[in-house]
Amino acid sequence: MNRVVITGIGIYSTIGKNLAEVKESLLNGRSGIVLDSERKEYGFQSGLTGKLERPQLKGILDRRARVCMPEHAEFAYMSTAEAIKEARFTPEFFRENETGIIFGNDSSTPAVIDCVDIIRKTRDTTMVGSGSVFQSMNSSVSMNLSVIFQLTGINFTVSGACASGSHAIGMGFYMIRHGYQNTVICGGAQEVNLFCVGSFDALGAFSKRESEPQKASRPFDKSRDGLVPSGGAATVILESLDSAIKRGAPILAEVTGYGFSSDGIHISVPDVDGPARAIKIALKDAGIKPEQIDYINAHATSTPLGDQNEAKAIDSVFGENRPIVSSTKSMTGHEMWMAGASEVVYSIIMMKNSFIAPNINFIEPDEFSAKLNITPVVVNKNIDVFLSNSFGFGGTNSCLIIKKFN
Amino acid sequence: MTRENIERTINGLLVEEFEIEQSVISPDAHLKDDLGLESLDFVDIAVIVQKEFGLTLKGEEMTSIRTLQNLYDHIDNCVRKK
Repeated sequence: MNRVVITGIGIYSTIGKNLAEVKESLLNGRSGIVLDSERKEYGFQSGLTGKLERPQLKGILDRRARVCMPEHAEFAYMSTAEAIKEARFTPEFFRENETGIIFGNDSSTPAVIDCVDIIRKTRDTTMVGSGSVFQSMNSSVSMNLSVIFQLTGINFTVSGACASGSHAIGMGFYMIRHGYQNTVICGGAQEVNLFCVGSFDALGAFSKRESEPQKASRPFDKSRDGLVPSGGAATVILESLDSAIKRGAPILAEVTGYGFSSDGIHISVPDVDGPARAIKIALKDAGIKPEQIDYINAHATSTPLGDQNEAKAIDSVFGENRPIVSSTKSMTGHEMWMAGASEVVYSIIMMKNSFIAPNINFIEPDEFSAKLNITPVVVNKNIDVFLSNSFGFGGTNSCLIIKKFN
Repeated sequence: MTRENIERTINGLLVEEFEIEQSVISPDAHLKDDLGLESLDFVDIAVIVQKEFGLTLKGEEMTSIRTLQNLYDHIDNCVRKK
C-alpha cells in the first residue's frame, strides 16, 4: 500500500480568501457570520449566514468556462488554484501525469431554480441557455475544474451531505493508497446564496440569535440554539509519497486513517454509536491509540442534539485521554458540503504553525461537553496527529486522521 | 429594424457577451473557424436572438448559418416576414 501525503491546500472562505488570511482569522478567533436582511424579507426563520463574495474571474477564465460555473465552482477554482500553486504543480505535469479530482458537493440551487422559472415562463427550453445544465448538476465542481485544469484521472463528485468534503478526501486517500492514482485533487464546495438553504431553514435548525450574529454559532456551549449556514470551498491535494518525493514537492502532512459508518437510524437526528464507530475505525486504520491524538477538530455545528451526541461519542472513545477539542464552525458557521475539507485545511494550518484555534463562544459547557477538553481560546501547541470529524444527514459519518509528516 | 441595426446589435453582443475581439468581426467571418464559437455558444446565440429580435432560431436553421453574413441574412429575412 502507498503512503498518502498532502502536498497542497487552498481555501476560499468566510474567514479569509486565502491561506494567509484564514491563518490570521483562526489565530484571532474571527467570525465570518452576518445577518442577511434579504433572508428576512423572504420569510426565513433565521437570517444568519456566512458572508462571501464571488470572485471576479473575468480575464482569468474564458467565457465558456465561466458560463458553466455556479458560485461554488468559482469558490473551488480559487481554492484549487491556490493549492496547485502551493503544491508546485505545473500545467505540464497535469498533461503528462494522470491526475484525478474528487470533490464533495451536494447541491447547486440557483441554476435549477432559474432553469425551471424560464421553462415555466417561456414554455421553451432553448431559452435556458448553454450553462444551466453544467451549473445545476451536483458534479458541477469536479466537472468544471477537471476541464479548467486539464485533469485526466478519476473525476467525480461525492454527495454525502455535510460529510461530503471529508468523504471526498477519504475516497482520494483510498485511490492513492491502493495504487489506482498517484495524485488526486480533493476538496469540498458549498454555495452560500439566498435560496440554497431555504429548505434547511424550514426545519428550524438555524440559530435565532440574530441580535448577535458573531455569537450565534456556539458549538458545545450550553446556550447554543442551532447552526449558522455558511460556505466557500477548500482544496486538499493528495499524492503518493513516492510521487511527492520524486517531484521534490513540499509535504504538508500525511493522511493515515479514514473511518466511515452510517447510523442507520434517522434521516436527521444524529446518533452516538455511528460517529463513535467511525472514529474507532479511523484510529484502527491509522494504527494508533486514542491517546496519540493531539487535537480533535469536531464536527459540532451548534445544534443542541448534534453537539451533545458528538460529545458523547468523543467521550466514549477518548475517555480520560481528553485531547484538545475545538469546532472551527464557531467562527465559520457550518460550511456543510465543504466542511469536511475546509476543516482539514484549518487543522493543517494549525499543525503547520503549532497552535489550536479556539472554539469561540464556548462560555459554559453542558453536562456532556463538560467531559471534553474544549478550548475557547487559542492554545499554542505542537500537533503531531489530529482527528477531523464530519457527520451528515442520513447518518453518514466520516473521520480522517492526519499526521505531521516525518 | 434596419439591416444596419441588426448588424450593429449582433456585433456588439459578440464583443460584449462572447468576448470576441472587434478586429476579427467581419461579414465573411466564419462563426467557428474565425470567431471561435462552438456548438454550445450557438445555444446562447439562440437565446440572445430571441431576446433581441423576438425570433426563435431552430436547430436545423442554425446548421445552415456558417458565417456572420449568414446570421445577419437569416435574422433580416425573419424580421421582414414578421
